[in-house]
Amino acid sequence: MPEALAFESAPSVVQTQRLQQRLHANKRAYTRRSLLLILPLLVLLVAGFMTPIGSLLTKSVENPEVANALPNTLKLLNSWDGTTLPAESVFNTLGQELRTARAQGQLFALNRRLGYESASLRSLPTAILSRLPADGSPVRDTLINDVPALGDIKTWATLKQLGKPYTSLYWLAAFDLKMDAGQVRAVAPDKALYVDVLKRSLTIAALVTVLCVLLGYPLAYWLSRQPARRANLLLILVLLPFWTSLIVRTASWIVLLQSGGLINNSLIDLGILDKPLQLVFNRAGVLISMTHILLPFLILPLYAVMKGIDSRYERAAISLGAHPYTAFRRVYLPQTYAGVTAGALLVFIMAIGYYITPALLGGPGDQMLSYFVAYYTNTTINWGMATALGGQLLIIVLLLYWVYARISRPANRAA
Amino acid sequence: MLKRLSALIVLAAFGGHVNAQPLTVVSFGGLNKDAQEKAFYKPFTAAGNGPVQAGEYNGEMAKIRAMVETGNVSWDVVEVESPDLIRGCAEGMFEPLDWSKLGDAGKFVSGAVNECGAGIFLWSTNLTYNNAKLKSAPKGWEAFWDTKTFPGKRGLRKSAKFTLEIALLADGVKPAELYQVLGTPEGVDRAFKKLDQIKPDIQWWEAGAQPLQWLVAGDVVMTSAYNGRVSAAQAEGHDFKMVWNHSLYDIDSWAIVKGSPNKALGEKFIAFANEPQHQKVFAENIPYGPTNKDTLALIDVKTREQLPTAPANLENALQVNTSFWIDHGEELEQRFNAWAAR
Amino acid sequence: MTSNSASTFVRFKGVEKSYDGLKTVVKRLDLDVFRGEFLTLLGPSGSGKTTSLMMLAGFETPTQGQIFLDGIAIENVPAHRRGIGMVFQNYALFPHMNVTENMAFPLQVRGMGRHEIETRVKKALEMVRLGDLAKRFSAQLSGGQQQRIALARALIFEPKLVLMDEPLGALDKQLREQMQLEIRRLHRDLGLTVVFVTHDQAEALTLSDRIAIFNDGVIQQIDTPQALYERPANAFVATFMGDTNVLPGVLTSLNTHQCQVRLDLGEQMFARTTPGLTSGNRTSLSIRSERVILDGDERYDSRLPGSIEECIYLGDHVRIRLNVSGSNDFNVKVPIAQMQPHWREGHRLPVCWHSADASALDAMPA
Repeated sequence: MPEALAFESAPSVVQTQRLQQRLHANKRAYTRRSLLLILPLLVLLVAGFMTPIGSLLTKSVENPEVANALPNTLKLLNSWDGTTLPAESVFNTLGQELRTARAQGQLFALNRRLGYESASLRSLPTAILSRLPADGSPVRDTLINDVPALGDIKTWATLKQLGKPYTSLYWLAAFDLKMDAGQVRAVAPDKALYVDVLKRSLTIAALVTVLCVLLGYPLAYWLSRQPARRANLLLILVLLPFWTSLIVRTASWIVLLQSGGLINNSLIDLGILDKPLQLVFNRAGVLISMTHILLPFLILPLYAVMKGIDSRYERAAISLGAHPYTAFRRVYLPQTYAGVTAGALLVFIMAIGYYITPALLGGPGDQMLSYFVAYYTNTTINWGMATALGGQLLIIVLLLYWVYARISRPANRAA
Repeated sequence: MLKRLSALIVLAAFGGHVNAQPLTVVSFGGLNKDAQEKAFYKPFTAAGNGPVQAGEYNGEMAKIRAMVETGNVSWDVVEVESPDLIRGCAEGMFEPLDWSKLGDAGKFVSGAVNECGAGIFLWSTNLTYNNAKLKSAPKGWEAFWDTKTFPGKRGLRKSAKFTLEIALLADGVKPAELYQVLGTPEGVDRAFKKLDQIKPDIQWWEAGAQPLQWLVAGDVVMTSAYNGRVSAAQAEGHDFKMVWNHSLYDIDSWAIVKGSPNKALGEKFIAFANEPQHQKVFAENIPYGPTNKDTLALIDVKTREQLPTAPANLENALQVNTSFWIDHGEELEQRFNAWAAR
Repeated sequence: MTSNSASTFVRFKGVEKSYDGLKTVVKRLDLDVFRGEFLTLLGPSGSGKTTSLMMLAGFETPTQGQIFLDGIAIENVPAHRRGIGMVFQNYALFPHMNVTENMAFPLQVRGMGRHEIETRVKKALEMVRLGDLAKRFSAQLSGGQQQRIALARALIFEPKLVLMDEPLGALDKQLREQMQLEIRRLHRDLGLTVVFVTHDQAEALTLSDRIAIFNDGVIQQIDTPQALYERPANAFVATFMGDTNVLPGVLTSLNTHQCQVRLDLGEQMFARTTPGLTSGNRTSLSIRSERVILDGDERYDSRLPGSIEECIYLGDHVRIRLNVSGSNDFNVKVPIAQMQPHWREGHRLPVCWHSADASALDAMPA
């Protein structure tokens, strides 16, 4: 009897549904409460990190200068065929808009943007303005005559191209590339800089990381084996440099390392050297000082990991017949890998963004990416370049983090 | 909206006055501001022009830009460096000045008279050496390249600006033709070629205090340095000497922020500061060169010899061409950075 | 003791240990461990049992005295060459190696070939019946599984002597009992000599051939479980092992078998003599809870009036706490079948035992 069956099963379906509804409501309320709790953090994250980083990254591809100064010219150029020189109306509009731009103080930015494309374009607006006939008379022939660049179709094509809202100029330049007639090409070798800087930044950061691991590992190991009270005191000593400003620490390295500095003088007085060693304003100074400054960032996570490793593991290994050295290498060492990786990653990421220390202790061949970010931000106020280089740095760090996450995941699963 | 709000916050932090009085003058701080206080602000007030509200900043154009863009201008007169003056003038951040009110434009050193600015003083970059450590005195930048007579490191500012000029001057280019030469690719190549010769001997500085500290420590035998810093070191008893031949100079200027409610009073202040008797007090307090040529006659001979504007010092000096560097700066700096790192 | 028939395998001779030069953790330890026996070092924490074990393993050096292994002094043999298997309290399975790698470790450091290692690991895993867990990491194993692996790892290189430092301390009761059986089986099957450290007296009784009771750095008594339980040498052993009632008093007269004790409230009681006591000494009259009968008949020659303070129902028996001769911590275990309904709080009744079951021991420290 299907009807009876249906009758019997109906309440149970309704009950299940009701139960599920209640369950969902419960879950939703829980989620809502959790979201509410993390809301301040979320707001901080979005307002303090995502938004600024996002807007910086957009700055690196934004291209507003020409579009702001010459909107109508660009509109006319949109319907231009691109094979013959534009008509009088385009020339006229261009002249009008340049005048307005000058009055509104937009000319400087426009010149600069044109100059990035090619040095000869930079003076184009000024040249046009100085040759522009008085209002009313036709301008096309006069301008083609007096400003030869305007007689070249390429100039107009470039102008049209520059009117686009986005540009790859800065990102390409950050990799020593440029757009040349629609093709990506390497810049002239005497102007190529950023690929070298990138390699150099990676090299310095890697060297500093290796030095930190070599120095920090034994130190952290020794610290982790001290009785709690002494270890705390020694940890404070490790942290002591944090209480001094970075610039002061860097400056004191100059005092120590310079030709007439403490180290060179002592070595000469002891008769070990007869001429001062060049320890500063070169790579050596940068490495010494950065290693010193970043060492605590390796020691702290490593110490925490080492502190958590039960000494019984090594004893167990020895009781199983392993020489103490083998016990260290095969049982202790692998358990500290997580700490070493975490510390090394931290040091590397901090090192690759270093600015003050290489700027003060290095020569021109030791400057890293951040130096050029600062240079474009403070000195030339070229936001496009500064943010493209900053974006480059960000991508490296994210890549590293991704690699780290992939490497450490199997270990996490095992632990 | 957000932009406007943040600009308002910036302005609030600087305690902007919207009413017409008093005149707000913002300069670079330190010794420079102290000297300006004595030479300009106090006498200006004493002459019955009302009080001067003195402020200081570090040349952040962003602050001025925020004021102009929001129309909430609380600074009247500001001290600016040449590149910022030219750039700011082109971008409409400064008021054009009416030179008929500011004094006789013909009486000023070249470069002091601008569409939006009036030169306050002239500062100079000189070859400087420690007299106690060198046997013979260098005469000019050629000595920088003479590593046989003067062995040891040389200090130069880590920038294309100054460095390329120095290289060309040492290579025999006349100051008058220098920027023409540097404006051609061949000229730039020539400068870098010249620099290649002593590249390993150069120690690059970035902060103005570094070269003098190196001279004291014996890290370098000679260096380029700002003349004000050298004079201060001399006053402390260091036996440093400056070479004025082929020194490079630049000018700091007054400018009036666009939309200032006190434009007339601001121009009155600039005219006042342009007068020789006031510039004299300034130069006596800090050894920068007065821009009004009449000032020198009022200053005693000993102080005068120290100033970049003394005729003997200025005779063979090169004025840094600000518009050249605005046009070519980024390109040349990039090439310089690439070269220096190699 | 049957010791003469068995040969001595490990000998501690006048061993002392101090960490700081002030406090002696182990005092003049003389101890023989016989080949093939299961010896337990039992005592409260800090009594010196673990330190003794660590000196034998080679992780601590004696400040004085010598340790012999199979007749050879071993102070100059480093820990990794003593060939002693060891099992730790928290198993100490290497967290970065899986089960197979853990098991292979002692064989690898001995330079054994890969094929032999494979066969041996397989066999050892079968021995502890965990062959299917070969690829797991220790974090993926239960406590009992981890302990079995640790045990198998300590045995895989076939040591003659195995040390165990509270190996079952972290397991729950059921698992612990199961593991105790497992350890006993392995001990028997493999003919091992085991020195086992624990503070759990029930565990010691279950496992051991002999038990050495440590207190304050000194062995208080070393004997078979039954002898220890029934004839404790002193009040510490009596109270540490099992449930014992202690009544303070003075020894009034004694012969080699029996003595007379006057309790502090004046009652005269008989008890077994323990060596070392003389007439007039203060003493503790000690009687096991399970040897006491409530309201017993005349066959029990020792009787004291008592009043019930508390009854605790424990399923198979009732634990009754009474006030007897001024002590209100006198416990009696009454089997559920002998429990009377009127034995309630406040009820007065005689507390009885055979005087042969009571011992006069040294006085308890105040």
